[in-house]
Amino acid sequence: MKNQPIISIRNLSKIYKTDVLETIALDSVSFEVQKGEFVAIMGPSGSGKSTLMHIIGALDKATSGTYLLDGQNVENLNDDQLAEIRNKKIGFIFQSYNLLPRTTTVKNVSLPMAYAGIDKEEREKRAIKYLELVGLSDRLKHTSNQLSGGQQQRVAIARALCMHPSILLADEPTGNIASAQAEEIMAIFQKINEDGNTIVMITHEPDIAQHAKRIIIIRDGRLVEDSNKHQQKIINNSSSLPCQGKGRGRVSTNL
Amino acid sequence: MKPIELFFESLYTLTLNKTRTALAVLGIVIGIGSVIALMSLGQATQKSIQNRIESLGSNLLTIQPGSSRGSNGVRNAAGSQTTLTLDDAKAIESSSDITNINKVSPEYSSRTQIVTSQGNSNSQVIGVVPAYLDVHKISLQDGVFISQADVNSLSKVAIIGPTVVTNLFPDGSDPLGQTIKIKNQNLTIIGITVAKGGTGFGNQDDIVYVPLTTAQKQLFGGSSLSSIALEAKSAEQMTTAQDEVGYFLLARHKITDPTKADFSIISQQDMIETVTSTTATFTTLLAGVAAISLLVGGIGIMNIMLVTVTERTREIGLRKALGAKKKIITTQFLIEAIILTFTGGILGIIFGIITSFIISRVTSSLFIVSPTSVLLAFLVSAAIGILFGWYPAKKAANLEPIEALRYE
Repeated sequence: MKNQPIISIRNLSKIYKTDVLETIALDSVSFEVQKGEFVAIMGPSGSGKSTLMHIIGALDKATSGTYLLDGQNVENLNDDQLAEIRNKKIGFIFQSYNLLPRTTTVKNVSLPMAYAGIDKEEREKRAIKYLELVGLSDRLKHTSNQLSGGQQQRVAIARALCMHPSILLADEPTGNIASAQAEEIMAIFQKINEDGNTIVMITHEPDIAQHAKRIIIIRDGRLVEDSNKHQQKIINNSSSLPCQGKGRGRVSTNL
Repeated sequence: MKPIELFFESLYTLTLNKTRTALAVLGIVIGIGSVIALMSLGQATQKSIQNRIESLGSNLLTIQPGSSRGSNGVRNAAGSQTTLTLDDAKAIESSSDITNINKVSPEYSSRTQIVTSQGNSNSQVIGVVPAYLDVHKISLQDGVFISQADVNSLSKVAIIGPTVVTNLFPDGSDPLGQTIKIKNQNLTIIGITVAKGGTGFGNQDDIVYVPLTTAQKQLFGGSSLSSIALEAKSAEQMTTAQDEVGYFLLARHKITDPTKADFSIISQQDMIETVTSTTATFTTLLAGVAAISLLVGGIGIMNIMLVTVTERTREIGLRKALGAKKKIITTQFLIEAIILTFTGGILGIIFGIITSFIISRVTSSLFIVSPTSVLLAFLVSAAIGILFGWYPAKKAANLEPIEALRYE
């Protein structure tokens, strides 16, 4: 069987243009993610990692370069086709959980399945299955505002898993969570990674990035480091450097 | 996602903020309610005026003397001339050229003081012939009406209306057989008419009927008539009858130019049409005012929906990130707006019907709710939901998911 990467990014650039200003957020970034990997993308704020995540998550399009998700080029798709890609291939986990307010956990987990047109019984069955997986089988009828931050994030993980996506895309998943609970979340990430799920996680916290098997570092829109677990030491050093290059990447003016 | 699921989702979302939902609905309730109540009020007014005119007699034509012209050329009020005579009435009745007239009722009417030992009253005194009873649809609650013999012999008898009874006999004694004094002549009461109701538009109950000849010769001293009422054979024959009588009288009065006629003929149909068109304008005006409140209610819905879209920006972003297509988002917000206006529409219809019922009770007028106005109000409310829900729904669907997720 051909070993096709889940994510294949070649010379990807993203340039934000206003009338007078051209901001390069991503500058010719290339990397691949294979099935079953657990990748952390790190970088200081303004480094372009959020832009990269948006492009990987089919929420945004690159200015140039190619991005193949599961072998499919996402460049020329319209809004609705992108919505379908997000629905079927990507499981989002957000920093602020983004659960529907005052809605039960089961309903929250069911939401992407509802958009995929899966019938109600199957939705509930799967929702309960994944809520059990993240250890919330006793919280099925609770509404999102009755849960702690860590519990809410676990609901979000169940929601991301239920569509069996090609990748789980986590954006600062522990950013709003106390450290003890953050460890629990990371334990779940590692467990679901062992089950064969591919995870791409954006974070700026080195100790959270430690849980990943591979760490990619972005700075000023460029990929500066791409290292596997055994090179951890170096990464630790580099990521503990003070944040440099505030502002979004390199800036050139057309004035 | 099935439409029915979207419907329940929308319904659920609306219950999350009950106060706001209730306020949005209230705007439509008041709008639709006032459209129905005001249209019903207008129609009831129109109908009751029509009924009152018809109660004056059906297929009625009234000939009035023309207006006289003073020496200085100033025209006086219609009916001030003394060109109509009893002979005119008799000629119309006996003419072989006039085929569309059933009954002829020559009348002499004047307002004067009526006195009894107990009280007095300023009432309309009308000199009539027996035909008056049928032409004007008068019925008696007691006694008899004026007979041809009474007219022939100038009998001093009178038939009085219920208002006159209360004014002249406040002690409640039976008026029949008692004597009233008009212009110093004693008349015996031989009958009392049934109440017809009506105020302002000529109170039908504040009238004293006397024989025509008695009125002309004994009470007021004159030979002219104040009007001749004619009953056409049917509503369809009214116009023909009007023309026949008109040409007949022109010939009789030796007038060649119809514009110089010394009389005028008013058909009851004309009166109904005039009044109907007036009240129709009035109803349209009321509906217009109500429509404005409906429009305001609709803008209220749009306002609430726009606030909702802004407030739920993150949620919309999330839904799009999780795979909701534009159509789903549009439909969801549109359904929410339609639920609001439909609920408001139904409550508004109930509110409007109750209001018009209360108005009809309080003003003791007719209670009319036309199905057309209900249907119209309902369709308008649905249209408002779609119209004013569309823009916020589109706005929600076109939000960029990244921007929406970042929104604080």
